[in-house]
Amino acid sequence: MSAKGKSIVIRGATVVNPDAMFVADVRIADGVIEAIGDALTGDIVLEASGCYVSSGFVDLHTHLREPGKEEAETIESGSRAAVLGGFTAVVAMPNTDPAQDNVATVQFVRDRGRAVGLCEVIPSGCITVGRLGAQLVPFEQLAKEGVTLFTDDGTGVQDALVMQRALMVAQRLNLTLSQHCEVASMTVGAVMHDGACCSTMGVPGWPSAAEEEMVRRDIELVRMTGAREHFMHLSTKGSVELVRAAKAEGLPVTAEVTPHHISLTDELLSGFDPIFKVNPPLRTMADISALREGLTDGTIDAIATDHAPHAGHTKEQTLDTAPPGMLGLETALGVVNTAVTLSPQKIAAVMSWNPAVIASISDHQGRPIAVGEPAHIAVWDTTTVWSVSRDELASRSTNTPYHGMELRGRVRHTIYNGQLVVQEGKALA
Amino acid sequence: MSSTSTASSEILGVTDVDKALKRIAHEIVERNSDLSDVVIVGMQTGGTWIASRLHNNIAQISPAVSVPLGAVDISMYRDDFSLRPLVLSAPTDIPVDLTGRTVVLVDDVLFTGRTVRAALEALNDHGRPRAVQLAVMVDRGHRELPIRPDYVGKNIPTHFSDEVSVGPDGVTVVTASGESQ
Amino acid sequence: MKHLLSTRDLGTEDIVSILAMADHMAEINSRAVPKVPALRGRTVASVFFEDSTRTRLSFETAATRLSAEVMTFTASSSSVNKGESLRDTIETLSAMGVDAFVVRHKSSGAPQQITQWTDAAVINAGDGWHQHPTQALLDAYTITRNFNELNSMQGRTVAIVGDIKHSRVARSGIDVFTRLGAKVVLVAPTAFLPSSLDGWGVTTADSLDEVIGVVDVVYMLRIQRERIDAAQMPSLREYSSLFALTPERAARMQSHALLLHPGPINRGVEMIVDPSLVPGSRILQQVTNGISIRMAVLFSLLGGDATTTLQNGVEA
Repeated sequence: MSAKGKSIVIRGATVVNPDAMFVADVRIADGVIEAIGDALTGDIVLEASGCYVSSGFVDLHTHLREPGKEEAETIESGSRAAVLGGFTAVVAMPNTDPAQDNVATVQFVRDRGRAVGLCEVIPSGCITVGRLGAQLVPFEQLAKEGVTLFTDDGTGVQDALVMQRALMVAQRLNLTLSQHCEVASMTVGAVMHDGACCSTMGVPGWPSAAEEEMVRRDIELVRMTGAREHFMHLSTKGSVELVRAAKAEGLPVTAEVTPHHISLTDELLSGFDPIFKVNPPLRTMADISALREGLTDGTIDAIATDHAPHAGHTKEQTLDTAPPGMLGLETALGVVNTAVTLSPQKIAAVMSWNPAVIASISDHQGRPIAVGEPAHIAVWDTTTVWSVSRDELASRSTNTPYHGMELRGRVRHTIYNGQLVVQEGKALA
Repeated sequence: MSSTSTASSEILGVTDVDKALKRIAHEIVERNSDLSDVVIVGMQTGGTWIASRLHNNIAQISPAVSVPLGAVDISMYRDDFSLRPLVLSAPTDIPVDLTGRTVVLVDDVLFTGRTVRAALEALNDHGRPRAVQLAVMVDRGHRELPIRPDYVGKNIPTHFSDEVSVGPDGVTVVTASGESQ
Repeated sequence: MKHLLSTRDLGTEDIVSILAMADHMAEINSRAVPKVPALRGRTVASVFFEDSTRTRLSFETAATRLSAEVMTFTASSSSVNKGESLRDTIETLSAMGVDAFVVRHKSSGAPQQITQWTDAAVINAGDGWHQHPTQALLDAYTITRNFNELNSMQGRTVAIVGDIKHSRVARSGIDVFTRLGAKVVLVAPTAFLPSSLDGWGVTTADSLDEVIGVVDVVYMLRIQRERIDAAQMPSLREYSSLFALTPERAARMQSHALLLHPGPINRGVEMIVDPSLVPGSRILQQVTNGISIRMAVLFSLLGGDATTTLQNGVEA
């Protein structure tokens, strides 16, 4: 980790800002962007011609597993994986043990993130106590601790009345609720997308309707309450269409999609390998096409990884008993860039600017590269071809579905709070 | 295996084969005073046509006695050293209980002896023969087990890598080295 | 070919080869001493995580008739729940020296995963709802040998009746019968059909009455009472009235038509008629044929020159 006081110059990269793109040197010192120009000098020089420089990426959906499942990941290993993926802020999902439905746990996660100091860790809160779907959490208390995003992720809030009440509170307190859309009664025992592949394999299926039903319901509740809602990990064509129509109507909804849902299909499960088991499941090419289109036309605002580490032995079980979930932080940019052709500004928008707004941290994350702005920065390219190896990832777990696959596009350097935390693809701490 | 030139020579022609089969049939009749005890069993698949011809020849020599004809498939009895390929449409068919009988086992080529060993084991699963005699068209040497034929069409010394093919039209030896026999 | 995990591992040529080899095995089974030394010195371990005495005995008998050694591991669900993972169980058994695992498991795909943890051959004896390859092979064997068309089921219609969605027997059978040229019609309520029949090459019928008089084979699947409740079907009677084989329906079968069932039969549920009173019943023959087919499969995978006979699913 570079000592405080060392200035960093990123040389020759293309600056990616919402209003402009241009080649320039960028100097960082004392935690902020100090200068933008030509032939700048500094203590640490990073040659970056052919690369892009933008605000650091923001992940709306990361499972850091601490407290409770430290054998899979910790706040420290997760933070390291995050910065290697170019993320300078992650929203930590609340399905920890104990869950983030109380002040003590939220404080623990936030403070641990600060102590590790590799990226900003923003704890999310549950919507209901224990994520059991019945009793609402103390929203005001948690909001005082800095929680802005609430979700029962892992499950959706099944009861419409509970969700309606939660939205009313969120509306009053200016908070954002995120929904994992899944009607549980339709997905009992489900292992993968309920389609042709599933029928041949003889396993219980997860129908698209189970997601779309809750998307539809929540759009209705948003219309009723006027509250904001964010839809997590959309996975079906129908969901995209519902959100598109809701936005056209002017409703305050946003949506995210994971890299795996725009790149992998259900056919990968035909070998019964639990590495490809995830919730919501991988679906068909038709769904992937619709999700990609949703990303390009703005229906989907953000990429969110749903980084879900699982200890090795847990994925060595049968498909039906293995836990769902895939790693995502370190491969996000590569997968997105390989799966869809997006302009650098669009990449920065969906991976940094938009998620920063949704997480209500856009006052210091997802900022333009301009003098005086806080130095949370990612330097990345869209051309480096690299091969993913599960043993070379910083995550404590190895459950990446991309092992052995080639991706195009890589994060080179990451700067958090003015400190160089990743240099030439290697974590410095 | 590097490519080598091959040379093929016909050792026996069609008439030679006929004569050999007539001679062997006479030898079988001569040797087995009570022909009614005899059962002829051809080895699948190379020995069945020979067994059939011997059966016909014996019927002409001793028309009064009816000698049963059968076939034995040894695919379930091979040891791992057996060189015989597995052919599926050639089952075992032994029409009588072999207990107390003299079996004349018939094959086209006697080589390492392993196929005959397997056949002996197979025959034992159909009764307990009093005796088993072995008739072959060609004995090409290279025995790996203590097995000897009772009736031989022709003794032909060969190299281990040679291929011997036997049919009603004759017997041919193909050598890999280019030397003709 | 190393494993038999699914009927899809077999090319049509392989299926025909196995059926022909079962003829050899049937001859052996007809002898006074039905035993040959073909697999002497080999060890076959039957690993049944899900109870099934009849399938296990069938495989063990097949192995013993080929002179293989047999090891039996039956895991009640609680012993595996003691925490030993599937991987540890297989690796432990492998270390005892096993040439082939015969595996039954309640989870689809378990045999496939097992192949990662052992060098032995793996034979799927039934995994979840997914596949039961030897059942389909013995069924095809029974049908072809009864109709005397050894290598094909071209032009034959087979009605498969019951809970298709949850049936590994149906999935395997549909694959084998259609590839041998048969026309397969599925007779089941919607709740018992898979959500997609894309690529299955089958037709469907809403009741047994629709097809009973025109098919060549009536294949009854066993129905579990619990599934009738779970499928929100009003009652057992409702199911039986449309889909059970009653004496009246059995009487309408064509005179040459065969009745098959994978067993065990749920009398009073899918079978109202006593099968022994149905002239076309070949249910007991299926059991006998099961041994020949399993001997053929074991010999194909473990026998000396086995690799020359099966083409690894590649059409010759």
